[in-house]
Amino acid sequence: MPGLGTSFGRGGATTAQQDLANADCILIEGSSMAEAHPVGFRWVMKAKERGATIIHVDPRFSRTSALADIWIPIRAGSDIAFLGALVRHIIENELFFREYVVHYTNASCILRDDYGDPEDRADGYFSGWNEDARNYSMQSWQYKGEGLSFPERDLTLQDSQCVFQKLKRHFARYTPEMVEKVCGISPALFYKVADTLVKASGPDKTAAICYAVGWTQHSKGVQIIRTASILQLLLGNIGRPGGGILALRGHASIQGSTDIPTLYDILPGYLPMPRGGEEETLQQYLDAHTPKTGLWSNTPSYFISLLKAYYGKHATAENNFGYNWLPKLTADHSFFEYLYDMADGKMEGMFLIGQNSAVGAPNSRLQRKSMAKLKWFVIRDMVETEPARFWRDSAEIERGELKTEEIETEVFFFPAAGHAEKEGAFTNTQRLLQWREKAVDPPGDCRSDAWFIHQLALRLIGKARAARDPIDEPLRALDWWYPEDRFGEPKMEAVLAEINGWKTPVAAATDRGSIEGVLFGGVDREGNHHHEAQIDGYEELKNDGSTACGCWIYSGVFSRDGVNKANSRKSRDYLGHGWGFSWPSDRRIIYNRASARPGGEPWSERKKLVWWDSGNWTGIDVPDFKKDKPPDYEPQNQERGLDGQRGDAPFILHEDGLGWLYVPKGLQDGPMPTHYEPLESPVHNALYSRDTNPVVNWFTRAENRFAPPGDPRFPFVLTTYRLTEHHTGGGMSRFLSHLSELQPEMFVEVSPELDEPEWQNHPSSRGSVSFWRSGPVTRQCCQ
Amino acid sequence: MFSLISKWPLVRQIREQKDGTGLESMSDKTRAMHARIDDAQVARSICPYCGVGCGQLIYHKDGKLISIEGDPESPISQGNLCPKGAASYQLLTHSRRELKVKYRAPRATQWTEMSLDRAMDMVAERVWESRKRTFITQENGSTINHTTAICHLGGATLDNEENYLIKKLFTGGLGMVCVSNQARI
Repeated sequence: MPGLGTSFGRGGATTAQQDLANADCILIEGSSMAEAHPVGFRWVMKAKERGATIIHVDPRFSRTSALADIWIPIRAGSDIAFLGALVRHIIENELFFREYVVHYTNASCILRDDYGDPEDRADGYFSGWNEDARNYSMQSWQYKGEGLSFPERDLTLQDSQCVFQKLKRHFARYTPEMVEKVCGISPALFYKVADTLVKASGPDKTAAICYAVGWTQHSKGVQIIRTASILQLLLGNIGRPGGGILALRGHASIQGSTDIPTLYDILPGYLPMPRGGEEETLQQYLDAHTPKTGLWSNTPSYFISLLKAYYGKHATAENNFGYNWLPKLTADHSFFEYLYDMADGKMEGMFLIGQNSAVGAPNSRLQRKSMAKLKWFVIRDMVETEPARFWRDSAEIERGELKTEEIETEVFFFPAAGHAEKEGAFTNTQRLLQWREKAVDPPGDCRSDAWFIHQLALRLIGKARAARDPIDEPLRALDWWYPEDRFGEPKMEAVLAEINGWKTPVAAATDRGSIEGVLFGGVDREGNHHHEAQIDGYEELKNDGSTACGCWIYSGVFSRDGVNKANSRKSRDYLGHGWGFSWPSDRRIIYNRASARPGGEPWSERKKLVWWDSGNWTGIDVPDFKKDKPPDYEPQNQERGLDGQRGDAPFILHEDGLGWLYVPKGLQDGPMPTHYEPLESPVHNALYSRDTNPVVNWFTRAENRFAPPGDPRFPFVLTTYRLTEHHTGGGMSRFLSHLSELQPEMFVEVSPELDEPEWQNHPSSRGSVSFWRSGPVTRQCCQ
Repeated sequence: MFSLISKWPLVRQIREQKDGTGLESMSDKTRAMHARIDDAQVARSICPYCGVGCGQLIYHKDGKLISIEGDPESPISQGNLCPKGAASYQLLTHSRRELKVKYRAPRATQWTEMSLDRAMDMVAERVWESRKRTFITQENGSTINHTTAICHLGGATLDNEENYLIKKLFTGGLGMVCVSNQARI
């Protein structure tokens, strides 16, 4: 998500799948969309029917390539070199969309004098590199002057310290000849892609880019997405119909799982988790995360409303709304880090809910062996997946590395309800919340994950209330108000109501008398007065405790009219307004202010979406802009919030309101993308003296070794891909006879040059895998 | 007897001078047939597999699933489902689906069955004890109020509301910081 988030402001696809049909060109890279997102791919085919050119860049010729107009075989892991060369081509030949770039991106912003690019520095790093700590200090990457809100700009793009000139310099060596050397793509093919993209962009045309885990699962995935973002900003394709970047999420609610995260470093709505030390107090936290301008200037309202949703009446101004109860981060607590704690026996217990880490996570052998070090392990799934039985029939048991009788881990397996047996919303790949109605009760002991958490919460809160230990205060304060059904399952619409947000009883003391817009009677499970009317959107959130909101970006989904908009099912237009709810505020194509010229009129009749009309922004989509801010508005006196942004600044989450070609904050490994080889690349880096991304955490340990770049023992690249008939760890597909008949077993596709006996064993430095070689051999396969 | 003969499709064809390819060729049995979803209830749902988010119509009757079909009104999928979505009826009804809680004691070689209630009580007890043992209130003079000894890894087929409750209880209530999801793997 940081790739899109740092470039544009929000970590989500900028467009909707249906809108691909309006594209004049679609570049699919890092994805086999026809195979992995087959029904979404129909919109690519619609575009093709209307005359769009479809380009597929992928090492493997797949169903997607077969349906594309142009297939470009690329060496795995060289995407930044390829996309970077497109950036260079567009800049060097003055092919960029100048008016868009000048007004809507930070091309014109002036950088500090001490900023240094790898091109200009002897060590080949960006300025700020600390060799001992192996990280960057990002101070020198800032704009000149103070902060990001009001940068100095040169609209002619000539100033040698402006972003545009730095970008030009940075990619100067990314030539078509370099692409041939690094990516294995001939200059002729390169120019074909470049010409197609350029011809399909401009006031009257737009091109879209689709990607999936073929990018994100790289160690430098964020920077690949960044390069695509730069390309789209230069071509003027963001916020416009038929344009944008569509991140293709692989699961029903990947997008939802980061919007309302179960991740260590963020809270709902991308609010950062507080850190120990420098963010010990609420004020320190707010100071660190509240910029002067842009939407994030409202961080105090979003954050305090979240604390009110978590701790209800116990969160008061006197106790800083319970800020102390929120745990503070002291390190990287991500999965890959805590896995080592598991391996070392420091982790006592684990919840694995609907995930298959023994198959779907890296180094599955280490995963399974680490599970045997847990005191207790709770797993919830519909079938007995590999993690559920690591203790009795894993490969480690077979090899004698683990012995069942010696494994101390207590294992609890809970059977889970399926999607038709519970209600709730998924957020799909285009930020669309879609509600599922419950059809039938789950069988046997099967229960929803909501039931499980709710029942666990009731037990733990009960224990905390019976105890007096101060460490249990957050449990005692936790606002667990949810009404439930006859099975003891919390009402999911009650949770959605909290996510949307409401006015709290404090605010209503003077404002009583109306029950309009109050959901669930405004009472908790004990019948006590609990909340007031729903809010209509995040604009209503306050920082004084008078509002509560579980996820500010979803606000509006279940507002004062009492309609669960995630469950609305009357689509009124091609963007699907009236069907589901697209965050934020039902905007289907975000940053859509950019679909109009700086003056407010559409770039062209063919590509009109949102425009300025008689004092308001209006159009086909919900404007992603302050409704009455004139296009020629200019802040006069360094105003705060949205008033501090110009009327031609469409990226309202960024302080400066601009699309970031260059990222002055938010990325650890550089403000502009740089081609490094993947961690275990069989070749060295042809572009820089350093092979791999310098800031990458290799997570190296004896049981988790990596082969260094160019290691002669591992000369081949093995990539994986999804088949239409199977899904992730297999728990939802391998057990289904219909799907297993269609795709009965794993296989490998090999270049004819590498053809070996039929059974193949593929070792890496961490383990090996055997396959049956079947299926078509891809003759054009690279490496 | 006459009525019996007149029901015979061949007689009807001759009498009505039809060619036998239309309704006249229907037997009573055929005439009485109807789609199995005719009198079913329908829940509007969304496919649980990839991120496209195809609309599904889930037909059910008397608490039993009957079939799952694509929702033609979805602006995204317009009635289509891929092989996975089309097989999702089987996802819910196949014979290898687990329906009981299973418990494996330390060093045990087999599962044992356990009631849902008892298992929930035991899990709550384990969480409670582990948290008590490992909770850290202060580190380097700073209040941190967390535990790093209980972790969570979630899939990405959970509902937003479920993820919300997980984060609220685990992080907001228990102080767990080792919380992760498929979305970062």
